[in-house]
Amino acid sequence: MQFMLLFSRQGKLRLQKWYVPLSDKEKKKITRELVQTVLARKPKMCSFLEWRDLKVVYKRYASLYFCCAIEEQDNELITLEIIHRYVELLDKYFGSVCELDIIFNFEKAYFILDEFLLGGEAQETSKKNVLKAIEQADLLQEPRHEYFNVPVY
Amino acid sequence: MKELMVRAIYCESLGYEASFSYIHAIKLAQQGAGLEKRVGYLAVSLFLNENHELLLLLVNTVLKDLQSTNLIEVCMALTVVSQMFPKDMIPAILPLVEEKLNHPKEIIRRKAVLALYKFYLIAPNQVQHIHNKFRKALCDKDPGVMTASLHIYLQMIQENPEGYKDLTASFVTILKQVVGGKLPIDFNYHSVPAPWLQIQLLRILSFLGKNDQSVSELMYEVLDESLQRAEMNHNITYAILYECVRCIYTIHPKSELLEKAAQCIGNFVLSPKINLKYLGLKALTYVVQQDPKLALQHQMTIIECLDHPDLIIKRETLELLFRITNAQNVMVIVEKMLEFLRVSTDDYTTIDLVGKVAELWFIETMNTVFSVGGDMMQPDIPNSFLKLLSEGFDCVEDDRKLRLFAVDSYISLLHGEPGKLPQRFLQVISWVLGEYSHLREELEPASVLRLLEKLLDMKQTSSETKNWVLMAMTKLCVGGASVSVAQQVSETYISSMDTVLRQRAQELQHFGQDSEVRTRVLPRDTDLENTIFDVDSSLSFLDGFVSEALAAGAAPYKPPHQRQEELAQAKALSLEPYGLSLPISMSSCSIADRQSPTPLSMSSGLSTTLKLDGVKRVWGREGYLVQRESVEETAQVEVPSPLRSPSQQAEANGSHSQTPTQTPTPEPEQEKQQLAASLFFGLSSQSSVCLMGKSGPTSHRFRRKAKGQGSISGATEQTSKTKLNDSDIKGSDPSLSEDSGLVAADSEDMNPHEDPERPKDLCLSSHLPAELSGLCHSEISPLCSIQSLDLSACHVQKDDSLVLVIFIQNSSDSAIRQIPLDLDSDELEVMYYVSRVSDSPVEDVRSHDVAVYQYSLTVKRPSVHVEVVGTVSCPVGTPQTVRFSYKLPLTTFIRPLTLSTEEYGTMWLAFSHDTKQNLTLISDDPEPLTATLSVLKRKLQLHVVEIIGMEGILACRLLRDRPCLMHCRVHAGALAVWLRSPVPDLPDCLIYHCQRALQED
Repeated sequence: MQFMLLFSRQGKLRLQKWYVPLSDKEKKKITRELVQTVLARKPKMCSFLEWRDLKVVYKRYASLYFCCAIEEQDNELITLEIIHRYVELLDKYFGSVCELDIIFNFEKAYFILDEFLLGGEAQETSKKNVLKAIEQADLLQEPRHEYFNVPVY
Repeated sequence: MKELMVRAIYCESLGYEASFSYIHAIKLAQQGAGLEKRVGYLAVSLFLNENHELLLLLVNTVLKDLQSTNLIEVCMALTVVSQMFPKDMIPAILPLVEEKLNHPKEIIRRKAVLALYKFYLIAPNQVQHIHNKFRKALCDKDPGVMTASLHIYLQMIQENPEGYKDLTASFVTILKQVVGGKLPIDFNYHSVPAPWLQIQLLRILSFLGKNDQSVSELMYEVLDESLQRAEMNHNITYAILYECVRCIYTIHPKSELLEKAAQCIGNFVLSPKINLKYLGLKALTYVVQQDPKLALQHQMTIIECLDHPDLIIKRETLELLFRITNAQNVMVIVEKMLEFLRVSTDDYTTIDLVGKVAELWFIETMNTVFSVGGDMMQPDIPNSFLKLLSEGFDCVEDDRKLRLFAVDSYISLLHGEPGKLPQRFLQVISWVLGEYSHLREELEPASVLRLLEKLLDMKQTSSETKNWVLMAMTKLCVGGASVSVAQQVSETYISSMDTVLRQRAQELQHFGQDSEVRTRVLPRDTDLENTIFDVDSSLSFLDGFVSEALAAGAAPYKPPHQRQEELAQAKALSLEPYGLSLPISMSSCSIADRQSPTPLSMSSGLSTTLKLDGVKRVWGREGYLVQRESVEETAQVEVPSPLRSPSQQAEANGSHSQTPTQTPTPEPEQEKQQLAASLFFGLSSQSSVCLMGKSGPTSHRFRRKAKGQGSISGATEQTSKTKLNDSDIKGSDPSLSEDSGLVAADSEDMNPHEDPERPKDLCLSSHLPAELSGLCHSEISPLCSIQSLDLSACHVQKDDSLVLVIFIQNSSDSAIRQIPLDLDSDELEVMYYVSRVSDSPVEDVRSHDVAVYQYSLTVKRPSVHVEVVGTVSCPVGTPQTVRFSYKLPLTTFIRPLTLSTEEYGTMWLAFSHDTKQNLTLISDDPEPLTATLSVLKRKLQLHVVEIIGMEGILACRLLRDRPCLMHCRVHAGALAVWLRSPVPDLPDCLIYHCQRALQED
């Protein structure tokens, strides 16, 4: 996978994860154009796009679009399932997730993503295991942070 | 700080610059604890990319965290490492990451494996020494770690399949276990066992089994099992199936599996789910090169997809068509591509598609053009074709493909029957092969030379072509085998009678012996636009030779015109009639007189002919578009026609004999079938027999396809019968149409014109010719009807003429040809309207259509009412003639005549026929005369010249230009009217109409 974008129906970017090194300018350009292209598509159209030299898989969940760019030889359907699994994870973690959860806790969404995908490949596909890892991290860290209350600077 | 960093991330994702916070993110990752560190790492991974210089500052933090005893910290470090790490810093942390492969916790091992995968991707040679550790990871007891290691293996096997053949059995075993449900339930996704793992394994297997029968045999069983297990109707099973199908078609083929895979593809293509349809098309595209029959099975679906509203589907379909292009269907496919190009707005797609169109169309069409047009065409065309090929387009890769395509197609042509090709085409072929055959690496120059040699040996090859061939050989003779061929050829031609041929043979011989000179003189890949040829037009290198010759007593060179003048003077003869030809012949003499040029000058001379400065760029971008369209048009006419009728008939047979209740195929369906026929033309002819066999086992799901396919294969088998069938259909046509025509006429008789006239009028008036539709026309009134024909008429007043329009409405189902329609009149001159080409009103009326006849009418003899009588007979069925008439008042021919009072005066005296009458005056108006005259003006289109007191004068003309003048005077409560005209009866008729007009008012 080359990158993953989450954006709202209004075209506002909610989450972005890049697995290929690109300059900020390129990232912005790709994001802008891709968001436009995807938003212009009608609901009955297919979830795959051949956009420039990329293959893009997108899916809409409520008001959010999940959009992945993959390599030529990658399997589109499994990418669709990766998106779905990610949504399931978010759903489980936040408890029926909505766009606001992601806006206000986007760092959590990133953590979940990092636990699920690593370097652009599916790392842990078991829902239970991913959430266990996240919870462990949360449990271990939050109290520690309160305990020591170290001034950082 | 953590909160601030989160906000900075948010700002960045909104698109605001927050680069000042990058360094703080690194600091936070370094100094923070727990969640703060985590946010710091996250911020770093979002802000920076692999090449960012600040990333170096992170290396120390990562090192420290990798050594930490806190599992979470190690995890964080490994996560960031596998997302981004500066390439040259990999050795610093590599030992630590390697160590983690033996960590007791599987989550750490997994992340370490993925980090190594990342390292492998960015710097493969730095992880070479730990390949055996990858094997250990592959055998890890935790399936998660094993899955992670497959990423590395996929990458490595893709690059070097030979090195990992021994692992095939292990992969197959793993897959078998996975498919058999041996994995813990945790790995299930929607009750499918570890789909990601399955897909990864299938991809690995397809790389391993490619072109390797023994390895492929190992996996047949498990592939079959995967296909069978994946039954559930869920995306994830389709994903696995798709991967299976790809694998089956990649590895060494096995017919049973292929059949199952083909059925899978069929299910995909026919699926109503658009995503699956897309994948089905993609799979077809992948498969179709090996098995074009498969595309044939799904041709109707493919045609439907061509018109799909989703451009992505459309594009994928075109991609598929691109793969099945052959000489027979290239036109139709290119046309479809161009259609798509017109609606496409995406630059990327456009570039891609244009390249394909050019590749497909250009060479193929030029091949046809050359072989058909042959020697008849102007020399410009091959020259500019070669120019285009050598200059190329903007993209290097495209050029290479185009040239390669050309080379391939020419080689295959030469392998065929080159004797039938025209000379010019042979010249083009030899040039292209000479220049570009090195692009096809596996092609031996010697074998090309042998092909070319065959050309030389043919009797019909002209010496000009032989020149081209020898030039090409000169360019090609590299290496031992080819040189010996070249020597042989040059020996044959070195004694040739033709000087130029002898010259070429000499060159060939010399260059064959001395390759250094050859490469200098004929550099490869010369880009004509960039290379500047130093052509010494003053031939200064000959100066020495000339001065020697002069010294030896030779006459100095004189230009031809000077010589001609001298000649004329010397002979004192007028050479006028031959003036044109003489200089030419003399100049050619002068070339022959010169010493035969050195090889260098000759070759540079050839190159300059290729520069072609004077040649128009017919094949420039705009230029060849025009040509392309015309070619396509002819193709459209040619290709579909022979195929249509049998398929129609098959359709008709089917609906009549087998399923009487079935409705006949609607029009668009037929069009689609026709399109399908033309698209899959070449394919079906290749494999019609297998098809017939294949349509049997294909289950009910394919029934509709099977029918279309049957008709196609029928078409190819029965081409000889086609014409017969065609005429059969035609022969039965008239009787059919006659029947329906009679029925229609009957029903018409039952209720003759009961329906209100308005709607009919409206619909007929739409048939008025464009030039008349703007003018006001009379009500359209029915004239008569005969069988299925309904005649109506109206008249249109134009400024200088009156047009009678007759509509013939054909309500039958077939066209009626040549309806004899005659019009005549005692008072009028009837002329069939001039705008038609034919002078007799004979025309075909198509079914349910309206034919429009226009007549221009002029008055011969004035009468109060004029009448047109006509006869019409229906050519179909029993001969029957019907008479009709159409009546017009004379006033329709009256137009105002603009005059001055003086002109009026002179004309008044000149006219002989007159009449006088008293008419009633409109008396309830304060100005009775003006009111009365304005009524006349309005109703009869008279022109009021002047009103003087109680007298008024008016003027009008009868079409065309026959005047009538009117003088009115109010006298004793009445209007005394006096009319004068040069035309007899006109004043009388006009006074009648005046009377009517005033009475009605």
